[in-house]
Amino acid sequence: MAHLIDRTGLRPDSWVLFDGDAGSIAPEADLLISFDEWRERARVWQQHPGRLGLLVSPPDDVKAIAGDIGRFAMVAVHFPKFNDGRGYSSARLLRERLGFAGELRAVGDVLRDQLFLLARCGFDSFALRADQDPAAALSAFKDFSVRYQAATDEVLPLFRRRTALAA
Amino acid sequence: MYRYDRYDQALVDERVAQFRDQTRRFLAGELPEDEFKPLRLQNGLYVQKHAPMLRIAIPYGTLSALQLRKLAEICDNYDRGYGHFSTRQNLQINWPELARVPDILAELASVQMHGIQTSGNCVRNVTADHFAGVAPDELVDPRPYCELLRQWSTFHPEFTFLPRKFKIAVSASAGDRAAVQVHDIGLKMLRNQQGELGFEVWAGGGLGRTPVIAPLIKAFLPEPELLNYVEAILRVYNRFGRRDNLYKARIKILVRELGAERFASEVEAEWAALRGGAATLTAAEIARVSSCFELPPYRTLASDPPALREAIEFVPGFAGWARRSVHPHRVAGYAAVVISLKAHGVAPGDATSAQMRAVADAAEAFGFGEIRVSHHQNLVLPDVEQRSLPALHALLKKYGLATPNVGLLTDIIACPGGDFCSLANAVAIPVATAIQARFDDLDDLFDIGEIELNISGCINSCGHHHIGHIGILGVDKAGEEWYQISIGGVQGPATAIGKILGPSFSRGEIPDVIDRLIQTYVSRRSSPDERFIDLVQRIGIEPFKEAVYGTSH
Repeated sequence: MAHLIDRTGLRPDSWVLFDGDAGSIAPEADLLISFDEWRERARVWQQHPGRLGLLVSPPDDVKAIAGDIGRFAMVAVHFPKFNDGRGYSSARLLRERLGFAGELRAVGDVLRDQLFLLARCGFDSFALRADQDPAAALSAFKDFSVRYQAATDEVLPLFRRRTALAA
Repeated sequence: MYRYDRYDQALVDERVAQFRDQTRRFLAGELPEDEFKPLRLQNGLYVQKHAPMLRIAIPYGTLSALQLRKLAEICDNYDRGYGHFSTRQNLQINWPELARVPDILAELASVQMHGIQTSGNCVRNVTADHFAGVAPDELVDPRPYCELLRQWSTFHPEFTFLPRKFKIAVSASAGDRAAVQVHDIGLKMLRNQQGELGFEVWAGGGLGRTPVIAPLIKAFLPEPELLNYVEAILRVYNRFGRRDNLYKARIKILVRELGAERFASEVEAEWAALRGGAATLTAAEIARVSSCFELPPYRTLASDPPALREAIEFVPGFAGWARRSVHPHRVAGYAAVVISLKAHGVAPGDATSAQMRAVADAAEAFGFGEIRVSHHQNLVLPDVEQRSLPALHALLKKYGLATPNVGLLTDIIACPGGDFCSLANAVAIPVATAIQARFDDLDDLFDIGEIELNISGCINSCGHHHIGHIGILGVDKAGEEWYQISIGGVQGPATAIGKILGPSFSRGEIPDVIDRLIQTYVSRRSSPDERFIDLVQRIGIEPFKEAVYGTSH
């Protein structure tokens, strides 16, 4: 079982992944559906009375659902392997290009040593792989006090902040 | 050179602390090897044949005397008293102890250095012309832009797990001494018709298994847009580069599969969304970084002073050395001096700690305390007064650093090869030293003239064999070391990939084969001014093939 954390610690998880059996879905459920499922049956899922979440895999082109993004309360970006870096770009596009403001969750092979980078790309919840120590992992958010680049967490690159910080 | 402020310093210090904790967890068994691996690689740490190998970043090949002394100290205290300068302008040490690597990184941080992103599937050390800032044929000093790229790429949150490694080179001279067309991104600085500064952007070049000369994807990128555009390229690559096959994961394959035009339009579309955004360079930032590279306080001196002319005439060995090692400088009375790390019989690019200290001393005594590393694996003192050249020569000679072979046949570029590297199919250093032994006569070397001979121990091409006038590639045939020879490779503005001569040779045959190539050249050249590469381009590879394989090939 993965440990769901945010920057401050463990948090509960209400989301259930649609497993192909529409009959088992409770109307009020926080329901996570795959990118392909949404692309194929968006009309059907639009009618789900509860909250909807979108599960994005590495090859999924998030720009293709730009018009629908407001329908999702949560987007989970899947990392099949921690070193598949496509999810970082998906996250920044979701936040910075599509303007997604809901919960952005990293799921899959999510490890302590990548948390700092994930957070910079706009992730705000992290389903840590089961063998990771969630308490110890929290320190990773503080690995660096300096960020050179603009990213989701920092609107301006350091070079536009240097003078202000020095003052 | 660039000086860290407290932010730059905090970042490298915090990196040391992070890696110290990661190393501790690895050694305690809390962090599995396959998860530790990319973390250590992105700090420059490989696990090699005999021991770990640590690759220390020398951003765009610029070092201070203080930094070089620190490197010498690290070689003495943590290694075996020498290091290897690489074709990426970095320094590699071959025998560090894994548990002590965090201490080495802390030592480096104390002199504003690090091993960050010298390996791994991320943006690597940005390389530049080793004569940057002093070359007479230069438009502007490219190093401030390299530094801006260094900062942008350092721990870039989106681009730390790319499909594969990513190399950027910047050149601002007509001569292009940074081989921009064989990089993932090559940037060539220029001015447009309005006189504005900008970049030609070449993308998708590279050596390795599939050598590709990069296509031009943007003819003029305005200077302030540098980071936005590079970010757009990286985003397209990160999202669409292949991850299913290690050998097809470099950006060159993506560019080739999409076609240069379509790739360029994908980048253009991404750039359109980033253009003018927060990462747009400000005049203030360009000025801040450029101020670190301001011209040192040159004296007003006459060119070609009497002391130099006298030494050329009377000091034994000086004239030949000066001819090979002394390069033009933009300021009258000064010269840029290449220090050969290719003494015959020594691994190309290797320097002992004593030699490093001697070069650091020389940089202070005869310059402004700055040293460059060239991608030819030599060192450069960029600002030597011409009248001091005889004294510098005498000092270098004492330390075995005055071999007058820069740009000649024995100034061989070679990777560490099978003696050290676990990727290599074959050794490279013994091949280099065998060639040096065969061509040990200086008069012969001068007669043969300018030629570039590059050796790679495997297809990863760290020795840049594809773009050597003569390229030697180690290949594995049924567990034995064989060597494939190519000729006609060129780096620089007219970059070309060498053509393979034919079937490969055993190691023992190589000096003879090179000898036959050279004899063919000497007998066929129209005059001593026609270089080996000029002749190959004029008459093609057939006569060389015949000389090597006989007419029966």
